[in-house]
Amino acid sequence: MNKFSDNEIKIEFISKSNNEAFARISVAAFVAQLDPTIEEISDIKTAVSEAVTNSIVHGYEDKLGIVTLICKLHNNDVYIEVSDKGKGIENIEMAKQPLYTTKPNLERSGMGFTIMESFMDELSVESILGLGTKVTMRKTIKQTDELEDTQVTLEEALRG
Amino acid sequence: MKMEGRYYEEDKLLIFKINEEIDECSVKEIRRRADYEIERFMPREVIFDFDSVTFMDSAGIGMVIGRYKQLNIIGGRTEVANLTDGVRKIFAMSGVLKIIPEIDLEKRLEKFNQTDDKKEVVNL
Ligand SMILES: Nc1ncnc2c1ncn2[C@@H]1O[C@H](COP(=O)(O)OP(=O)(O)OP(=O)(O)O)[C@@H](O)[C@H]1O
Ligand SMILES: [Mg+2]
Repeated sequence: MNKFSDNEIKIEFISKSNNEAFARISVAAFVAQLDPTIEEISDIKTAVSEAVTNSIVHGYEDKLGIVTLICKLHNNDVYIEVSDKGKGIENIEMAKQPLYTTKPNLERSGMGFTIMESFMDELSVESILGLGTKVTMRKTIKQTDELEDTQVTLEEALRG
Repeated sequence: MKMEGRYYEEDKLLIFKINEEIDECSVKEIRRRADYEIERFMPREVIFDFDSVTFMDSAGIGMVIGRYKQLNIIGGRTEVANLTDGVRKIFAMSGVLKIIPEIDLEKRLEKFNQTDDKKEVVNL
């Protein structure tokens, strides 16, 4: 059991796109205490970047608002919550479809939710039109000793 | 420099080497500079070199597809090279690599290294 398990941070920042890097780097630094692999950290940073960008670009559009980012660690799980009080999503199921975007003219590809869904283990989206959107994600950080266990079993299996 | 450009007149080849993280914030400037150089040179081929891109989110997908569409209009092709792991993961899952192929940049530039005629290469 990790002695740092059960920890939490909360960051609030205004909806400016130059805060995106700050948001994902803060989460990466915080999650580092669970000893994630480079790939796990990269996945988490990308998912945070997608959620935060959505709040800035779609939630608040050209207006200024507050984006709230919470990151919790529990055992080997990372929970991330990104919320805004922006315009909300009309149809969440449709919004989650790959390639679906309401801003194709701004060179959006409609891949944000698809990336969050595949880079994290769990994604849930709550939204109310006119009130805002909250995206919650979870990812389990694989423990190195677990990895070694698998390797041993694999070796044993190969040995027959 | 955040983005280095090089133009090889002989092949009408334009190469952009991106040296920063690609997200919604940085992509605006990348787009603006790429479009400016593409309009200026009307290249037959554009290669984006991701060798020093340590982070990219979906903004990068929109950026390369946007340039691909623009190059299609003038009859040029678009390619990507030196993808780092995170970048490749994003491009692969979005299907981008099916229309914008990943190429071996070193091989592509081999012929230029053999000739001494360096005046055909413009550093932007
Ligand atoms: N926080 C939000 N507030 C309001 N609408 C949102 C929010 N997040 C997403 N959406 C809506 O969901 C759609 C899909 O989001 P997604 O991130 O998958 O794609 P995108 O942002 O349009 O493109 P990309 O992320 O590839 O640049 C958006 O086009 C937008 O209409
Ligand atoms: Mg998005």
